[in-house]
Amino acid sequence: MVEIILLGLNHKTAPVEIRERLAFSKEEAATMLDAIKESAYVNEVVLFSTCNRVEILMTADDKAAAVETAKRYLSEFKNMPLSQFQDSIYVHEGDEAVRHIFRVASSLDSMMVGEPQILGQIKEAYFNATKRKTSGVILNRLLHKTFFTAKRIRTETRIGDHAVSISYAAIELARKIFGPLEGKKVLLIGAGEMAELAVEHLLKNRVKEIFVANRTFINGVELARRFGGSAIRFEEIPGYILQVDIIISSTGSPDIIVTKDQVKHIMPGRRNRPLFFIDIAVPRDIDPAINKLNNAYVYDIDDLNGVIDENLEDRNKEAVKGERIIDEAVISFRQWFDSLDVVPTIIELRKKIDSIVTAEIQKTIQSMNLTESDREAFDRMKNALINKIMHHPTLLLKRDGCHGRNSVYIDITRKLFNLDD
Amino acid sequence: MDNLITVTSLLYVLSSVGYILFLFFQKEYLHKLGQVFLATGFLCNSILIGYYYAKTGQIPVRNLHETLLVAGWAVAGVFFAFQYKFKVKILGGYAALLAAVCVVASFLAPGKIVETQTIFNSVWLIAHVVSIFVGHAAFALACGVGLLYIAQENAIKRKKHGFFYKRLPSLDLLDSTGYACIATGFTLLTIGLITGFIYAKSVWGRFWGWDPKEVWSGITWLLYAAILHGRLTVGWRGKKAATMAIIGFAVVLFTFFGVNFLLKGHHGIFTR
Repeated sequence: MVEIILLGLNHKTAPVEIRERLAFSKEEAATMLDAIKESAYVNEVVLFSTCNRVEILMTADDKAAAVETAKRYLSEFKNMPLSQFQDSIYVHEGDEAVRHIFRVASSLDSMMVGEPQILGQIKEAYFNATKRKTSGVILNRLLHKTFFTAKRIRTETRIGDHAVSISYAAIELARKIFGPLEGKKVLLIGAGEMAELAVEHLLKNRVKEIFVANRTFINGVELARRFGGSAIRFEEIPGYILQVDIIISSTGSPDIIVTKDQVKHIMPGRRNRPLFFIDIAVPRDIDPAINKLNNAYVYDIDDLNGVIDENLEDRNKEAVKGERIIDEAVISFRQWFDSLDVVPTIIELRKKIDSIVTAEIQKTIQSMNLTESDREAFDRMKNALINKIMHHPTLLLKRDGCHGRNSVYIDITRKLFNLDD
Repeated sequence: MDNLITVTSLLYVLSSVGYILFLFFQKEYLHKLGQVFLATGFLCNSILIGYYYAKTGQIPVRNLHETLLVAGWAVAGVFFAFQYKFKVKILGGYAALLAAVCVVASFLAPGKIVETQTIFNSVWLIAHVVSIFVGHAAFALACGVGLLYIAQENAIKRKKHGFFYKRLPSLDLLDSTGYACIATGFTLLTIGLITGFIYAKSVWGRFWGWDPKEVWSGITWLLYAAILHGRLTVGWRGKKAATMAIIGFAVVLFTFFGVNFLLKGHHGIFTR
C-alpha cells in the first residue's frame, strides 16, 4: 500500500554546522530529485532545503526501503558519513508526515512562528520538483492542500500580525503615537543595519522628510542620498529636533547625545507636538529621562525587545488556533487519500453506472405493460451491461496491485465519473 | 410610554454590554451589535422626546425625569455625529453606558409636572436648552476620550502594553477627537449662554442675575475657554488636554446637576 513519508532535519534537531553541510542549492536539489526518483523504491519525491531545514518528502510502497534510500543518497551526495547526522534525522509517515508539512508551511515549525518566508520557499521547492517531474498525483495534491492550509492559517489567525523585529516594532509604536505616518519628519543620527531598516520602513509609510546626522559628514551625505533626504552636521541636531517628529539614533558613541534639558527647552517651540525617540544604540544615545517629559517618548533596545516578546507571546497563542486548523486539514487529506484505494473506487463506479442504468430502464418501461418475465429480462440486460462496461476498467485499475502509477488512473477515474461528489 | 422608556433603557444597556464584550474580545460582530443597539435606542429615545413635546407643546425638560431622558438622548446623538469623522470605536461603549445610566436613572426620578408659565414656548428657550444639552454631551464625550488617552499614554510610556494598547487607537487620533469635542462643546455652550441671556431678559427683564446656575455656567465657560486658548497658543495637548477635559466635565456635572440640588436658584424647580 502506498504511503507518504517525510524525512529530514531542522534547527531543532541539528546544529548549523551539520545543516549547512547538508543544504542543497537549486541545481543540487534538481540532481538529487532525479536520483531519488530513479531509484526503485520511491514513486514521488519533493525536496526542501532552507537555512533551517532539509526535508525529503516521498511516496513509496516500502517505507523502510525508501527511508534507507533517501538517507544513503543524502550521505553520498553530500559526502558526509551517515553516522554524523543520523541522530538528527526524523522520519514521519502517513498522517504525521502530512501534519508536519502543513505545520512547516504555516511557519508553526519555524524558529520565529509566523514568519512569512517559509511558504514561498516551499512553493519554490515544489515548483522545482514539478519541473523535474518528480512529484505525482499524491504529492501534487498534498502540496496544494499545504499552500491552501497555510494561507488559511495566515488569514484566520493573527499569527503573522505583530512585529517581531526591531525595525517593525519601532514603526508599530510610531503608528500608535502618531496615527498615520504620512507627512512626518524623521531624523537619523548615526548609521547601522537596524536603524537604516527602520528608516526604509518609515519611507514605505510615506514620511515626508529624512535628515541624516553623522559625525563624519561624508557618511551622512551617502546615507542621505540613499534615502532621498538631506545631510546635516552633528552640531545642528538640536535645531532639527525642533522640527522632526521621529528620531532614530544608532551611533557608536559612549556618551549621551541628546539630553533631557535639550529636549525640555525645545518642546515649547514645538508647541508640545509629540516626539518619538528610537534609541538602538548600546551604550545609549538618548537620555532615558526624556521619557518623563510630556509628549516625549523614548524606547531603547531593551524596550523594543520587550515589545517583541509580547508579540511573540501573542503569536504563540495564535499558533494554537493554527494547530486546530491543521487538525482539520489532516483529516480532510486522509479522506481523499483513502479514496484513492482501488476497491472502493471500483465499487463506487459500479454503483454509479448501476443507478444511471436502473433509472433509465425505469423511465422506459414505466408506460409499458410488462409481464414479470419481461421485467426480469430487463434486469438481466442491466447486469450484463454493467459487467461488460466495468470489465476493462476493473482490469486496468487492479493491474499491478496498488502501485504508485495506479493512483493516476484512480484519480482520473474518480474525476471522469465524478465519484467524489 | 413607560414601555418605551423601558425599551430605550434596555437597548442602551444591551449596547453597553455589546461594547464591553467587544473591548475584551475584539470581534467585529460585537462592535456592530453595540452600534445597532445604540442607534435603535437613540431612535426610541427620539420618539419618546418627540411624543412628550407633541403632547405638552413644551420642550420636555421640566423635571429631573425628563431632563435625564434628554441628556441620554444628547449623549447618544452626539456620539454618532462624531463617529462619522472620528473613528474611536470603543467610545461608543462609553456613550452607551452614559446614556444607559441617564435613562435608567430617569425611572427613579420624579416625574411631577411643574406648573410653569407659558414662558416655556419661547424660541430662545428652545435654542438655549438644545445647545446646552448637546454642548454638555460633547463635553461628556471629551471626558471619555480623555480617559482613553490617559490609558493609552500610560501603556506607551510605561512600556507595559497590557490590555489597552492593542485595543485603543493612536494617541494622535484620541487627541484630535478630544479637541474636536471640546471645540464643539464650547461653541454650543457659548450659544447656549447667549440665548439664555436673551431669554432671561425677555422673561425677567435682565441679562444676568447672579443666579448660581448662571455663575457656574460662567465658570464652566471660562474653564473651557482657557483649555482651548492653552491648546492654541502654548500647546496644551496630549495628557494635559485629557486631564483638563476630565476636570472640565466634573465642573459641568456640578453646574448641571449639583447646582440644582445643592444651591438655590431658578433652575432648581426643574429638578424637584
